Amino acid sequence: MFSETEELGMLSDTVRRAAREKIAPLAASIDEKGEFNREVAALCWDLGLMTLTFPPRHGGMERNQGTALCLAVEEIARHCASSSLLLIIQAVSTFPILHGGRPELLEKLLPRMVEKRELAAYLVTEPSAGSDVGAIRTTAARDGGEFVLDGTKCFATNGAVASVYTVLARTSPSGGHDGLSFFLVERDSPGLSVGRVEKKLGQRGSNTAEVILDGVRVPAGNLLGEEGKGFLLAMKDFDMSRPAVGAQALGIAEGALEEMLRYAQQRKTFGKPLCEHQMIRQILADSAILVEASRGLVYRAARLFDEGRRNTKLASMAKVFASDAAMKITTDAVQVFGGYGYMRDFPVERMFRDAKLTQIFEGANQIQRLVIAREILKETAI
Amino acid sequence: MIRLTEEQKITLDMVRKVAEREIAPRAKELDEKSLFPEHALDLFSELGLLNPLLPAEYGGAGMGMLTLVLVLEEIARVCASTALLLIAQTDGMLPIVHGGGAGLKEKFLRRLGGNSRLLTALGATEPSAGSDLLAMKSRAVRKGEQYVINGQKCFITNGSVADLIVVYAYTDPGRRAKGISAFVVEKGTPGLIYGRNESKMGMRGSVNSELFFEEMKVPAENRIGEEGDGFANLMKTLSMNRVFCAAQAVGIAQGALDEATRHARERVQFGKPIAEQPVIQSMVADMATAVEAARLLTREAAARFDEGDAGGGALFGGMAKTFASDTAMRVTTDSVQILGGYGYMKDHSVERMMRDAKLTQIYTGTNQITRLVTGRSLLLP
Repeated sequence: MFSETEELGMLSDTVRRAAREKIAPLAASIDEKGEFNREVAALCWDLGLMTLTFPPRHGGMERNQGTALCLAVEEIARHCASSSLLLIIQAVSTFPILHGGRPELLEKLLPRMVEKRELAAYLVTEPSAGSDVGAIRTTAARDGGEFVLDGTKCFATNGAVASVYTVLARTSPSGGHDGLSFFLVERDSPGLSVGRVEKKLGQRGSNTAEVILDGVRVPAGNLLGEEGKGFLLAMKDFDMSRPAVGAQALGIAEGALEEMLRYAQQRKTFGKPLCEHQMIRQILADSAILVEASRGLVYRAARLFDEGRRNTKLASMAKVFASDAAMKITTDAVQVFGGYGYMRDFPVERMFRDAKLTQIFEGANQIQRLVIAREILKETAI
Repeated sequence: MIRLTEEQKITLDMVRKVAEREIAPRAKELDEKSLFPEHALDLFSELGLLNPLLPAEYGGAGMGMLTLVLVLEEIARVCASTALLLIAQTDGMLPIVHGGGAGLKEKFLRRLGGNSRLLTALGATEPSAGSDLLAMKSRAVRKGEQYVINGQKCFITNGSVADLIVVYAYTDPGRRAKGISAFVVEKGTPGLIYGRNESKMGMRGSVNSELFFEEMKVPAENRIGEEGDGFANLMKTLSMNRVFCAAQAVGIAQGALDEATRHARERVQFGKPIAEQPVIQSMVADMATAVEAARLLTREAAARFDEGDAGGGALFGGMAKTFASDTAMRVTTDSVQILGGYGYMKDHSVERMMRDAKLTQIYTGTNQITRLVTGRSLLLP
């Protein structure tokens, strides 16, 4: 927990209580069924968590939106990573709308999204364009007052349950990062269909789907941001989302550490509680160190974002460090539980599976390290 | 450096082909539906792999540890659960081979020879006795020509499908390690009650069962060795079992490395196969180096057992288990990473391998215990 204002403190307390009382009891069954849970989505709307990053008059926080998002994600991820992903994806997917949408579009769309509790999905990744966003093949061709979109997007979180999509498509054949633009596409647009829904290792309560765009027509007014500047908008989005992924990893790690601490004090081996064994104490200490260090990075990155300062380096650092820490801590938590940890009766095996995603999405950790190096080399250029 | 004999090379080649052809295609389904590898049981019995360490005089394959390690690695490379079936089978036979009297061996081992399809299991772990086996609560009380056993076991691999289970219980709790005895319990023995089969993170094609003993009567002649011999006998089996676990871990890691390598060559990002990215090259180099080191350590441990150096085998076996399982965990985690979003999806086998790998850090002594065992034998010989 990290809250320097009363407002953030209240948010954090509220989410913590709700997550513990209402989401935690559902976490195991959400994972087992591997289905999107509408009850959790409704709860997040009730608490205002689905619009944290919206303009205040549409339900957003007055200030510190990035930090607020991280706090809410962290508290939910302690108990159920899938559920916390809902918040991240809503914020990521609406970012191009909020920061690139024309005022008349926002005036029409945002009240409707809030009223009808609509989810957004982010259609960027394609089968051949993962880390390499510049390889996007989906095209948007201008046709009079409209754009016509064609292509296939994959691994879209909320893909099958969203009402609106932000789609990154190629508007000029120049190739690479230039010539990509964001569009708002409505779910009921003719030509848009949902393909296969993926079965995943973890975060199984989140809906991950393929979305196919076959001659989908959108009004030119649905262009988000400047034509050809979509990549830059996506990069700004990352400055907000990467600390949030770090916060998710932090939450998963804290959840696993809590489980480990409880079990280590209850379970007896060789005549004393597990936590009395040096080997176990080393694991507990290392886990706690990583959690605190992750927290520091995550909230520093979020604060810089809230202050409108460049945070690209810290956002990537927070994401890499917290996700690697979460993977290590959850792996060790299963280890502390021993044979029991390997069984589905205990939540640590789920946390282990959930943690792995944080090393991959919103830019694989290998890419993050390249970003970090690029940033520090720029800072120190001779 | 370990060089394989011609015979071992032939066995390795045969098993590799069979694993690719018969076992690999079923791995995904076994995991998804949590099915027992029935087909592998048939296959192993046909190929004479179901009694690998059973001496030839009882109709067993009589292969050495090193050969078995080669076999296990090849099977685990495509399906770790199927390899576990064979490991548990070996675990259930070894205590009788090591400690049984002539009569007991005659009674049970002969049944396991040839193309027998009978399965065995080893029942030691209890809810409160995992790493700390001496905390077991199962009791065996002698009444005339029988022992009456009460207690429970958990996580027993092959437990509910085994025809013979080697069960450990205290005959004299006051004597601690010297008070545990081992018994062969046959399927269908009154008082042997099957609890649930566990739902696990990985190795989902392996059966792990709860067993309950309620006034279970076992003939006294089914005792393995003398009263009080059980714990020493168990330690002997575990010291060999750790080498099998290591071989399984090497196989899992190799399987994941194969997948990562294939993907890296095929996947094009930033205009070229990711295999051309130094970051990926460096990851694959670290993974392959660790796999080769784990393989060498594992084979060294097996070779020492084969040479009759049980002490060296146990020392190297402990190191091999710890190192190979940590390697498997890291290599599988990195393989998922190299496959990226695809790796996280169930269509690709690396996510299964990552789940499977985790068990190798836990069973047959958690890596915390195996480190202590290794450290103590080096520091306090």
